[in-house]
Formats: sequence, structure tokens, C-alpha cells
Amino acid sequence: MSILQDANRKQISNRRKVDMTLHILFLIATSIGIIALMALLIQIMMDGLSRLNLELFTNYPSRMAAKAGMKSAIVGSIYMVLIMAPISFILGVGAAIYLEEYAKKSAFTRLIQLNISTLAGVPSIVYGILGLTIFVRGLALERSLLSGALTMTLLVLPIIIVSAQEAIRAVPKARRDASFALGATKWQTVSRSVLPSAISSILTGVILALSRAIGETAPLVMIGALTFVAFLPESIMDQFTVMPIQIFNWVSRPQLAFHELAAAGIIVLLALLIIMNISAVMLRNKYQKNV
Amino acid sequence: MQGNLPQQETTMSFKNKRAHISDKIVPIVLFMCAALSVLTTIGIVYTLFSETFSFFKTVNISEFLFGTKWSPLIEPKSFGILPLLGGTLMVTVIACLVAIPIGLASAIYLSEYAPTRVRKIVKPVLEVLAGIPTIVYGYFALSFVTPLIKSIFPDVGVFNALSAGLVVGIMIIPMVSSLSEDAMMAVPRSLRHGAYALGATRFEVALKIVVPAAFSGIVSSAVLAFSRAIGETMIVTVAAGATPQLTLNPLESIQTMTAYIVQVSMGDTPHGSIEYGTIFAVGMTLFVITFLLNIVAQWVARRFREEY
Repeated sequence: MSILQDANRKQISNRRKVDMTLHILFLIATSIGIIALMALLIQIMMDGLSRLNLELFTNYPSRMAAKAGMKSAIVGSIYMVLIMAPISFILGVGAAIYLEEYAKKSAFTRLIQLNISTLAGVPSIVYGILGLTIFVRGLALERSLLSGALTMTLLVLPIIIVSAQEAIRAVPKARRDASFALGATKWQTVSRSVLPSAISSILTGVILALSRAIGETAPLVMIGALTFVAFLPESIMDQFTVMPIQIFNWVSRPQLAFHELAAAGIIVLLALLIIMNISAVMLRNKYQKNV
Repeated sequence: MQGNLPQQETTMSFKNKRAHISDKIVPIVLFMCAALSVLTTIGIVYTLFSETFSFFKTVNISEFLFGTKWSPLIEPKSFGILPLLGGTLMVTVIACLVAIPIGLASAIYLSEYAPTRVRKIVKPVLEVLAGIPTIVYGYFALSFVTPLIKSIFPDVGVFNALSAGLVVGIMIIPMVSSLSEDAMMAVPRSLRHGAYALGATRFEVALKIVVPAAFSGIVSSAVLAFSRAIGETMIVTVAAGATPQLTLNPLESIQTMTAYIVQVSMGDTPHGSIEYGTIFAVGMTLFVITFLLNIVAQWVARRFREEY
């Protein structure tokens, strides 16, 4: 009896030990991701803070690291997002409204839905190849701001559509019923009842998608955004550069001084992304309070 | 009475017409927005396919698929994609060796062990990793990870597959962890309670109940992460080098498919030349592989889902 009890107790304590060990292991694994994030941020701060000055914002790129800035890249990024924002908002929200409110459950609707989730998994550089062929060469838009913005629009559309669909789906059915009961047509219901109720959620998704576009490099390298732009684009047909491409250019140079510039550029880029993300979160919180 | 009637009719028909127009045109416009996504896919497939087709008029398809030397820019030219494919696979496998165990362990920790308070902080922090631009990771690989590797293996070069692979792995951790965690959170509480009632420890519940029940979601998250690593461009362009070669040594400089496409598009390759065609042939290979993997991930998630 006592032997049995001892064996039992031993087994239980062993299982507890395994449980404790794994608990610690899982905790360590989780902290690896966080430690990596910290290391990344600290490394960039250490390298870049000394170069984070006003000249970075006011100077054009230069062959001399001491004089180089990223004015054209910052302006290029902002212009690109300003062009993208209305196009991708209208197309993305339009597609989401169609899929959630209008589409019948047909094979074609299922195809569109499946297609959108597949598109979200296509490597960004493939969108660059598409943009190069269709916008730069096919429509002869050349290596312009417009080509870049349109390519990036195609890239972020799947993300915007999916998040807008979720936002629209979250609007209670009672709202629609109430609107129909007042004699509103389908479009009146959608545009005056459903959309106003979902709009802050939709905007949150759009801002997050645009912040993804600001950080994206590969497709713009493909369509030929320049790495050395010493002017500001004046029309949508002008050549341009964006922040990630300027950073890429600086990272690719062997001199240490340019790496410090790259780190300073990264700080600016990350700061912009943080601002966009915070505003997205604030929008979401505002929405949650209203419901 | 008779005088009033026609007027009433006109206002009625006016209203109807407005409603009629918006309810006729709007769905068509919205449908076109949605159909644009299908057009995008057709555009991608058509572009890649047509240019790849003309590329294979000059280059033998079996040389492309099975050739072991890739030097399309320097004489003597050869177009065997295996070195690029090998480089891509090496980076991807290293990335998955980092991301799948860490991501899965994080998911188990967050869904089974962590108190709600910890979970609420840790989960968004991990997701920040997914939002960092890839060029930033490229810089991190070059300025932090490579020197770190160099302090262990002193004769490693500035560009190597290991550094790029490790950093791609860090980048895809949140993909594995948050998708797997979603799958684990979807396992009903009653299953866990049943196991606890039988005297199981937390570890036993996690590994013998939750993980098997969420297995389809976990596998599909791993496949998606694999596919994401294959398509990753800037980290490998910056940190893995530009020397296409078949090697099993992760400390050597290699070139991936994506990095090759960037390299060519940065030079002044004349449109229509054979070098220009390689962009599409390599892009097609990349697209087909990631497309198939994404289909597999969706199929696994659907086919092997345990319904409760």
C-alpha cells in the first residue's frame, strides 16, 4: 500500500516538474520575440540618434554622407499615400460592400472571396512585376508617382477589403431592418445607416493598410522608383523616391556613415508608422465606445 | 380631385426613378470594385505567363528547371534556377526552424499559461514584429545579427544565408504565433475542463488536448509562414548576398529568387532582352510556389479541421 502510494506520489511530482519546466521553456520562447524587438530598436537608436537632425529633413540625398538628407523621400512617401488613400478606400470599401450587402451566394462570389484571400498571400515583389508590366510599360505611365501609387493600391486592396468586410459584418442586422422598415431602398440603407455605423472601423483598417504601404520597398524598387532624387515631384507623372528606398540605398553602401544615416531614416520611418498605428487604435477605441 | 391625381403620380414616379437608378447602377459599380481583385489575379498570371513563355522560346525549359548554374548577366550565360531555388530554400528553412518552434511555444504560452493581464501586453508587442518594414529588418540583420554570428564564426562573410534566415524567422514569428493561438483559442473550454477533471497538468492539457484539436490551424499557420518566408525580399537582398550558388553551408553568401529579381530591376536591363525575361521566369516560379503553398494552407485548415 505504502509502496504504491510512494510510486504514485513520485509520478505526480514528476509530472509537476515536467509542467514547470515546460512553463519556463514556453515563457523563454515567448520572450525571444520580445527580446529581438528590443534589440532591434536599441540597435537602431544607438546607430541613428546622432544623425537625427534637421538636415535629415531639409537636405536632398548626397554622395557625401555628412550632407545627405531624405527630404525628397519623405515628401515622396507622403504624396504616394495621398494618391493611394482615396483610390484604395473607394475600391476597397466598394468591393467590401458588394460582397457583404449585394452579392448573392453564387459560385462567382465564392471565387472572388477565395481570390482575395489568395491575393493577400502573393509576395509583394510579384505586385512589383505586375506594376512594371501594366502601369510603367502597358499604360506608359513611366516610372512615375502615379505608377507607384497604383501598384501599391493593388497590393493593399486585399487587406482593406477583408478588414472592411469585417467592419460591415459587425453592424447589427437590426439597423438594416429598421432602415428598410422606414421605406429606405437598399442603397439608402447601406449609405446612410450601415456605412456611418461601420466607418471608424473601416478607417482603422485603411490606415493600417496604408502604413503597410509606407514601409513596403520591393514593389517600388521593381517599378523603378529612383534611389537618388534631388528634387520634389511636382506632378503625379514625375519621378519619385520613398523613405524605404532611400534607406535601402543607404544600407547598401559599405561606408559606416551611410549606415548611421540609414538608422536615422529608419527612426523617422518607424515614428511615422507609430503615429499612424496610434491613430488607428484611437479610432477603433472611439468606435467601441459608441457601440 | 382629378386635377390632383396626375401631380401625385409624377412625384411618385420621380421618387421611384431615383430609387430605381441608384439601385440599378450602384450594384454594378460595386461589383466592378470587387471584380477588380479577379482582374488583378488575371493580370498577374497573364503578365508572368506571357513573358515566361517568350523566355522559354530562347532558353530550354529543362535547362531552366534542372540547370545547376545561374549566371544570366555574365558570359558564358547559363539559366539553371536551382542555385536560386536552393538559396531561397536555405533561408526559408532556417527561418522556419526559428519561427515555428518559437511561434508555437509562444502560442501555447499565450493561450494556455499566460494570465489575461500578461496576454494583453505580450500579444500586441509580438504583433509589432509583423508591422516592422522589411527594410528595417534588413538593416538589423546586417548591423546586429551578422556581427553576432561573426563573433561565433570569425571567418563568416558580411553577406550570409544564416543572418538573413534568422531575421526572416524573427519576422514571421507573429504569423505562426497569432494564427496558431487563434486556432487554440477556438478549442472549446469543455475539452480542457474534462482533462483537468481527470487530473491532467497544464502541460498535458496543452500538448495532448489543445494542440491535437487545433492541429489543422497550426499546420496551416506553419505553411503560410513558410510561404511568406519564400516571398520575403528586402532582408535577403540586403543581408544574404548576390552570389547564386548551390551550397549547404549557411555561412556562405547566396542569392534568393526575390533578391535576384531586385538585382536585375535595379540595373538598366533593356526591355525585351533575355535578361529582362529572367525576371518573369523567376517571378513565375516564385508565384507558382507561393500560390500552391497558400492553397495547401487553406486546404489543410478546411480539410482537417476538428469540429466541436
